[in-house]
Amino acid sequence: MADDLLVVEDVKKHFPITRGIIFQKEIGSVKAVDGVSFSVKQGETLGIVGESGCGKSTLARCIMHLLDITAGSIVFEGRDITKLSRAQMRPIRREMMMIFQDPYASLNPRKRVGFIIGEALLVHKLGSDAEIKRRVQELLEVVGLNPEHYNRFPHEFSGGQRQRIGVARALAVNPKLIVCDEPVSALDVSVQAQIMNLLEDLQEDFGLTYVFIAHDLNVVRHISDRVMVMYLGKIAELAGRDELYASPKHPYTGALMSAVPIPNPELGRQRKPVVLEGDVPSPINPPAACRFHPRCPRFQEGRCDVEEPPLYSFGNGHVAACHYPLERWPLALEDFRRPGPSASPPPETSQVR
Amino acid sequence: MAPLLQVTDLKTYFHTDDGVVKAVDGVTFEVEKGKTLGIVGESGCGKSVTCLTIMGLNAKRTSISSGTALWKDEADLLALGGRRLRDIRGNEISMVFQDPMTSLNPVHSIGKQLVEAIQLHRDVSRRVARSRALELLRAVGIPRAESRIDDYPHQFSGGMRQRAMIAMALVNDPDLLIADEPTTALDVTTQAQILNLMKRLQDDFGSAIIMITHDLGVIAEVADDVIVMYAGKIVEHAQVDDIFSRPQHPYTWGLLGSLPRLVGDVDRLAQIPGQPPSLLRPPSGCRFHPRCSYVMEVCSRVEPELVQAAVDAPHLQACHLDQETKDREAAKLVASTMAEAS
Repeated sequence: MADDLLVVEDVKKHFPITRGIIFQKEIGSVKAVDGVSFSVKQGETLGIVGESGCGKSTLARCIMHLLDITAGSIVFEGRDITKLSRAQMRPIRREMMMIFQDPYASLNPRKRVGFIIGEALLVHKLGSDAEIKRRVQELLEVVGLNPEHYNRFPHEFSGGQRQRIGVARALAVNPKLIVCDEPVSALDVSVQAQIMNLLEDLQEDFGLTYVFIAHDLNVVRHISDRVMVMYLGKIAELAGRDELYASPKHPYTGALMSAVPIPNPELGRQRKPVVLEGDVPSPINPPAACRFHPRCPRFQEGRCDVEEPPLYSFGNGHVAACHYPLERWPLALEDFRRPGPSASPPPETSQVR
Repeated sequence: MAPLLQVTDLKTYFHTDDGVVKAVDGVTFEVEKGKTLGIVGESGCGKSVTCLTIMGLNAKRTSISSGTALWKDEADLLALGGRRLRDIRGNEISMVFQDPMTSLNPVHSIGKQLVEAIQLHRDVSRRVARSRALELLRAVGIPRAESRIDDYPHQFSGGMRQRAMIAMALVNDPDLLIADEPTTALDVTTQAQILNLMKRLQDDFGSAIIMITHDLGVIAEVADDVIVMYAGKIVEHAQVDDIFSRPQHPYTWGLLGSLPRLVGDVDRLAQIPGQPPSLLRPPSGCRFHPRCSYVMEVCSRVEPELVQAAVDAPHLQACHLDQETKDREAAKLVASTMAEAS
């Protein structure tokens, strides 16, 4: 479509596992991302959630062309960027920037803040030294820092302030797309709220498009227009924000949502969460067919472990990869509500095998 | 009945090159048998240091502690030293640390580390200790425990390591378990497993738990009593329902308002402006006043005492605001976060 800024088609990223030092022999591969397709419209925020190891950060690095993908295509503004050389890629890098998770590791401790933020301007030769300095000070102001801190080093700032520096750096070259990889997960709640409000304000002011990666479903819900749930390198579910949180179709989405602690003791006690047993399986040897089937509460033998579910459509752009989607998740939005005096007792715990 | 642990006016100061950091500055609370006390606050508010001090784990050379921590109405943990403290620590009181990746010893197998913890406090043979270790690993839900017991920490996943840590903390049936952000490094599904496990073990063993976290969701799930800390001091202390249904302190309002939630539609998160203060030179008067949107003239001069709020339930708070304003603001906040849920 014309208004799609980013179209990701069947992207795969496999990391080879080799044995031997001189004669390296490939003995397997980690299928970090294994056939993911989606698109992001101009001006929207796509949230990506999943547990650690589900491939969300690898996907972010593929989109940024920091990793070469194994198969598939990534079309940015109508141009496939996956085959481009570094030199060809450079002008496009101005259009897409990234904000990283750890504000302590992502800023060079030996460079001054002014240089860190202005480096992209320097690389792309976007002005004289004086102009760059003016622009950087302007950016510091935009993200809520004191422009006089231009000459300070990263260690002089707190975590939240560093993340603001990361945001300013991403904004420096006026990008169209910003990929945020867990931008708030290392921050305290009050600071997290500051950064999320800042990101929302900037989106409004500069018409930015975000791909927002997080493991916190509350955070993703707050900031996204559409949400994609990943499990072991594949899309489990993709839907509009309200739709996904009101009626999840994939049991994995439901389990994730029911595991989120509710900051309300009364509602929390009434709720019987679905507790997923075990850990995410290894992406080296993912389970056959549906990758979620060993942990799934709705597992049906002979189908889920034999036939891989395609992305079934539920209308309105809501897709989920499940043969037996939830018709009415017992923990749908209504079940989070405070029941009246005549309400029925809460559903029993459904314990996964 | 006397409480299990009674902490009175606990202070911990660290001497640094820049001056004295008052990390914990006069903290008083009690832990009852079989109950869970939640301590919540942002990084640097002193919640971890409080517990490290109780456990006697601060570096003696650079820190000074005062106050008392009366254990079972008989021994002051802060005054104890050497043998007696080592007898209690890891035996009657044990601790689960935040980062399961770094708090297990990478060069010893899980089983060996568990056996060490048992043999340190019990005069039992290796065999007996090992079977006890195995029993605990099963209790915390490690699959195929008998074959995993000789694994090294790196062979475990994050959730399994945290479970092994909990097993290690529980080997001697402690009366008090101090858990310092036990689920912060974990995914939500693993977090739910660990919280369930801790609740179940509390039911089975009747231990008391001090749960330190910055996640109000976790607090709501597990705690009976809640302490909200800010800049080394307690600003609010009440039962969990009261903290969430009628919070009395502007800082607690800020924390609750800044939470993104799974239900309802909040356009913009409430945010607490600014950063937590430096504890080298904490603000005068109420330490929260530079960030508080209800600040009055008196706040920067007079430090509010931690006193009972004008409500029926036991509810301590440290704020100069009048009760009427507090009730109104608390009701507004609760309405805005609850209304959309009904």
